[in-house]
Amino acid sequence: MHQTQFQQYHGKVALKRATSEPPWVRRLLLALAFAFLGLFLLLPLAAVFSEALRKGWDVYLAAITESDAVSAMQLTLIAALIAVPLNLVFGVAAAWAIAKFEFKGKSFLITLIDLPFAVSPVIAGLIFVLIFGLQGWFGEWLIDHDIKVVFAVPGIVLATIFVTFPFVARELIPLMQAQGKEEEEAALVLGASGWKMLWHVTLPNVKWGLIYGVILTNARAMGEFGAVSVVSGHIRGLTNTMPLHVEILYNEYNYAAAFAVASLLTLLALVTLILKTYVEWQASQSAADNEQEVTV
Amino acid sequence: MPFVLRSALLTMLLSSVSLQAAELLNASYDVTREFYKDFNPAFTQYWKDKTGETVTINQSHGGSSKQARAVIDGLEADVITMNRSADIDVLAQKAKLIPANWQTRLPNNSVPSASPTVFLVRKGNPKHIKDWDDLVRPGVAVVIPNPKTSGNGKYSYLGAWGYVTQKGGDATKARQFVTELFKHVSVLDTGGRGATTTFAQREIGDVLLTFENEVHLIQQEFGDDKYEAVYPSLTVLAENPVAWVDKVVDKKGTRKLAQAYLEYHFSAQGQAIAAKHYLRPQVTDAGQPAFKKVNTFTVKQAFGSWSDAEQTHFSDGGIFDQIYLK
Repeated sequence: MHQTQFQQYHGKVALKRATSEPPWVRRLLLALAFAFLGLFLLLPLAAVFSEALRKGWDVYLAAITESDAVSAMQLTLIAALIAVPLNLVFGVAAAWAIAKFEFKGKSFLITLIDLPFAVSPVIAGLIFVLIFGLQGWFGEWLIDHDIKVVFAVPGIVLATIFVTFPFVARELIPLMQAQGKEEEEAALVLGASGWKMLWHVTLPNVKWGLIYGVILTNARAMGEFGAVSVVSGHIRGLTNTMPLHVEILYNEYNYAAAFAVASLLTLLALVTLILKTYVEWQASQSAADNEQEVTV
Repeated sequence: MPFVLRSALLTMLLSSVSLQAAELLNASYDVTREFYKDFNPAFTQYWKDKTGETVTINQSHGGSSKQARAVIDGLEADVITMNRSADIDVLAQKAKLIPANWQTRLPNNSVPSASPTVFLVRKGNPKHIKDWDDLVRPGVAVVIPNPKTSGNGKYSYLGAWGYVTQKGGDATKARQFVTELFKHVSVLDTGGRGATTTFAQREIGDVLLTFENEVHLIQQEFGDDKYEAVYPSLTVLAENPVAWVDKVVDKKGTRKLAQAYLEYHFSAQGQAIAAKHYLRPQVTDAGQPAFKKVNTFTVKQAFGSWSDAEQTHFSDGGIFDQIYLK
């Protein structure tokens, strides 16, 4: 189809004019795009690393191995290690329910899943303070039972889960909806159990979307500032995450150390981008493979 | 990944173990980190020598009002060390965490150290700024943090107001002067540290109003040769009060330790450490010769009390709102 159309037009219209602008326009556009990228992406990136290394490698290494920095990294990892698997399970369950079944309140559920995107992270943090804080709904009860939620690790984990809530589900819902439920129905008709169907049909079908969602969830979990800042209490070595630690160091005029820790977060972002590109590439590959299988 | 998990679990375990040992949490404002980095080990050593007990002191720093709010909302700070008594008063008013008369429990109204608001100008003082009146001369740009959100900014504002009233001017005159002053402020940063960055790193403005101890930190960090401190003829003294939080220390059983920790602020050693960090000691004359003589008034002297000043000037619709929003 495309082939024949192309052949029809070919020869009648000068292809060059139809598909491309004069060279100088092309170059101008390219230059603009690169200048924009350079100004808004590469320059800040370079600034982070040059600031971080301005006082030399010794200061850089000292900053990222200092005990408060290390405990900030550990806390960031703990929060991500809890938030990501939980949201993975939740995301798959929610996407499954929404894409494969019809039920009342479905659009309400979708709206709820989107809520963390719509709410400012600071408000998200305040919500938890209002619920679990000393003056909050459960404040007295929690104190009586000696349970600490806000200004402790549980609060930070809660806030992280809240802000990263939608990523996996949001990634999977359109994908699952597009795939429909024929394959699952076939599996059931052929006698597969529910779990078997999940493992062998549903999950393999959405594999790349799922991984993509997890990467995004992880990036946000490790980078979250606003919500975590409200519930952290900023106790050094105990409740500071990496982004909070960066802010504190910066406010203490400790620019080299602030940028050193910031450079770790930047590296994380770069790794995320590379993984994301790889996953997208893999996903398009497997989509192409599927199409080939179908045509064969 | 397993290694990370293991070390994470280990830290959780360790931190819960260390909770069993005596531990204090000190909720403080932004700029005291350097001071407590010296003070805490000194106290820990003193306490060990005296009782044989090993204590761990944890620090939480942030904007002073934000810190007070966090303690009200359940941040379990055994002690709170602030730069305005109003930020400790709220613990009594809003949450009954401490008695209203907390200031009477320690010497000198619970104020171990203080720092006057002074001017920082660029090297050579190109705009010839000597006193408050020079700040409102045409062409002078002033950097002050927002008095609504920053203790440092509140002191600068009250310093300007008190400069007029303490010299015999009435409230109308003071209001005129402060209105004029804030016309010379182009950037209102939310906190003292933000204002410093504006002045020192982004090189905006001719004069920065801030605490004397902060001036020394800026000179250390950004270079001695780039700035000069200017002491006005009369200025406000920012008092740094301390208090233990009764509800928290009673629950954790740390009252004795918290009280000893705060009392150590008033000891000769504690006062000397304060002086080393350019905080003016208030109960001994440790390091006094190093401090320039300066005429000061306290907020209590010029405004009756911090609560009154807060209510009249910084509440919603208060005088600051009236003069700045216009």
